[in-house]
Amino acid sequence: MIGNAPYIVVGFIIFLGLYTAIFKRNLIKIVMGITLVESGVNLFLITLGYRTGGGAPIFTQATNMHMVLPTPQALTLTSIVIGVATTALMLSFIVMIYKHYKSIDAKDVRRLKG
Amino acid sequence: MNFTEHIPILVIALPLFAAFLTPLMGKISRKAPRYFATAVFVIVAFLVVLLANMVYSRGTEPIIYTLGSQNDTIFRIVLEIDAFSIFMALIMAIVSLAVSIYSWAFVDKYSGQDKFYTLLLLVAVGSYGMVLTGDMFNLFVFFEISSIALCGLVAFRTERGESFEAAFKYMAYSTISGLLLLFAVGIFYSQYGVLNIAKIAEGVGSGPFNELNKIALGLLVTVFALKAGSVPFHMTTPDAYSEAPGGVAALYVAASQAGLYALFRTCFTIYRPVITTETIGWVVIILGVLSMFVGVTMALVQKDIKRLMAYHAISQTGYMLLGVGVGIAVLGNPAALDAYGKMAMEGGIFHIINHAMYKGLLFLTAAAIFYRVGTRNLNEMRGLAHTMKFTTIFFMIGALSIAGIPPMNGFSSKLMIYESVYQFSPILSAIAMLVSVLTLASFVKVFYSAFMGPKNEKVDAKEVPMSMLVGMAILTGVIIVFSLFPGLVVDTIIKPAVEALLHGWPIAGGM
Amino acid sequence: MMSKIVRSMTRPLYPFIILFGAYLVVHGHLTPGGGFQGGAVAASAIALLVVAYGGTRMFRKGTLTAMESSGLIVFISLAMVGMATVFFYNFLANGGPIFGEAIFYGPNPGYFNTAGVIPLMNMAVGLEVIGGLGVIIIALGKKAFEVME
Repeated sequence: MIGNAPYIVVGFIIFLGLYTAIFKRNLIKIVMGITLVESGVNLFLITLGYRTGGGAPIFTQATNMHMVLPTPQALTLTSIVIGVATTALMLSFIVMIYKHYKSIDAKDVRRLKG
Repeated sequence: MNFTEHIPILVIALPLFAAFLTPLMGKISRKAPRYFATAVFVIVAFLVVLLANMVYSRGTEPIIYTLGSQNDTIFRIVLEIDAFSIFMALIMAIVSLAVSIYSWAFVDKYSGQDKFYTLLLLVAVGSYGMVLTGDMFNLFVFFEISSIALCGLVAFRTERGESFEAAFKYMAYSTISGLLLLFAVGIFYSQYGVLNIAKIAEGVGSGPFNELNKIALGLLVTVFALKAGSVPFHMTTPDAYSEAPGGVAALYVAASQAGLYALFRTCFTIYRPVITTETIGWVVIILGVLSMFVGVTMALVQKDIKRLMAYHAISQTGYMLLGVGVGIAVLGNPAALDAYGKMAMEGGIFHIINHAMYKGLLFLTAAAIFYRVGTRNLNEMRGLAHTMKFTTIFFMIGALSIAGIPPMNGFSSKLMIYESVYQFSPILSAIAMLVSVLTLASFVKVFYSAFMGPKNEKVDAKEVPMSMLVGMAILTGVIIVFSLFPGLVVDTIIKPAVEALLHGWPIAGGM
Repeated sequence: MMSKIVRSMTRPLYPFIILFGAYLVVHGHLTPGGGFQGGAVAASAIALLVVAYGGTRMFRKGTLTAMESSGLIVFISLAMVGMATVFFYNFLANGGPIFGEAIFYGPNPGYFNTAGVIPLMNMAVGLEVIGGLGVIIIALGKKAFEVME
């Protein structure tokens, strides 16, 4: 019923995230772009497991035995946990970069080159 | 059930367990974490050797260990260990042990010793996991563990802004590449409904080479080439190598080679049946040639000793990609594979272990120089051979080996690559030799400016502490053994690894 | 330091947030939720306190890191105890002293005392996530307050 719409949304979100990560100069915006890519990939995994009309794959108080696939949801959860760790780490790097460089603009943060 | 059957998981679980015990060890005394972590690395190295013994006695059939239960193995997380996996694990075992001992003296002046060793153990967990797993999603998880822990280590020196800059860059690229890897895993899952690598390989081989699998192959090659630091994706590699504190750069070499492992595993195990044309082989070869050439030319102009070595690391990665790439290119042609393809792969794979040893050693000597002199700029150092005698000897052994001077191990593997690649395409072989000459030139420059000349009276460059010397001596010992008995090494560990790669993986258990 | 409204609402609310987090952790094997989700909810109470009262001194970082380490150690130990059969083997399911009731296949009202080591692992992960996210929030919050001043 929903057809290919989720995949188009996935493509759009990933594209938007990559665009933000590549073309923005503010480091926090770069992290936001990476988070968008992550959301897109998570949506992709969830969509793979969706079955039309399926309910949550939980037996407790279940009324609908037609269920969506649980494995992609487990994968997504792991990916979200890893995403929390990477996002927090990158944000703390930005805090420290700001402390040392007094700027979070990518064009000022380039002492390493050559 | 006896103990030896659990060795595969213990190699991963023991450092993981120890990584979280290390902060508690830090509460006992200041020096407890380092001894504890080193003891764990010794035990893990011992377990890896035991496991290697088991793997080699079984021939090409991999050891399969299932987590959770022994029923329904196809849907469970499995570890599949063949001769190539254990070969990579051996590299990690040697390098992590050397780095762990080397870092005793290095971390002495920093406050976060327990955290340093926790991260060191986690890098080892990530790399062991990447090379031992038989599950596509687990590969992603361990990829992220190793990337995140390495980023933490790169940013270890909090007093420097540059280390955060390098760590942020590396983190951004590795996170995006990790997500692309996850996307590829999703593509496989959507088609075959499994995450088991052997089962995916069966699915890929049973149908035509469809568009989805082509997209997945492109993503996987990109992601793992980025992890390995090959040229079009080398934006962060020199920064991260040069900012990695002390011996961590040596560990970084071994950890990034897990990316090479995954790249070769993708081409040989998953896509083996559908690679009948030379296209993918040529892609890997071109990545390799570009890495060799761009790496060495960038290295020639560097003044920062660690940055120079980082570009050489990129350039040496090119040799491995070239050797194995020739093997991939002739996969569809059994006659050529037997004539020179296997030898090219042996050369490339032999070069992986040689590179980890001599480049690890060179990074350790660079860190030793930085530890005493306090600068990485080659123009500001001179005459170190007067006072740092052992470091000079270790540097010479490493430099001779990386330049491929005849008795050293670097020469044995490079000769195998030259000979076999010449039969495939003479021009590639000529480029490889030219790069080798440029490498020699570059290291002669470093040796001359850092170690030769009159003594520098301004800096107190005495010999580095004992633990650093021991760390370097471990790697030097391995290099000397490999230089004296190259034939033996090739027969014992390299040939089984190539056979295992070409053989592929059987499906683990039944449904 | 936020306004008085936020502060006085935080005080009665945060125990309930932690309680809801604990509920999600403990019922992780029956309903949506589990270690990470419950831990994240409980850690949001820490975030609320940090934002409302503007201080990071009310939590000791040592306690939180100890929680993080011990949660992970318990998790891996449970997996290793299963190694009498294989790593991660569920040795308590269907007959263990706790959480050992037979697992009912199909729709059911939710039997709490089932699933073996899974609830225990959920609790270990919950502890670890509260500790880990708490440290992250406090470390970032501290820097943010430093920058603001």
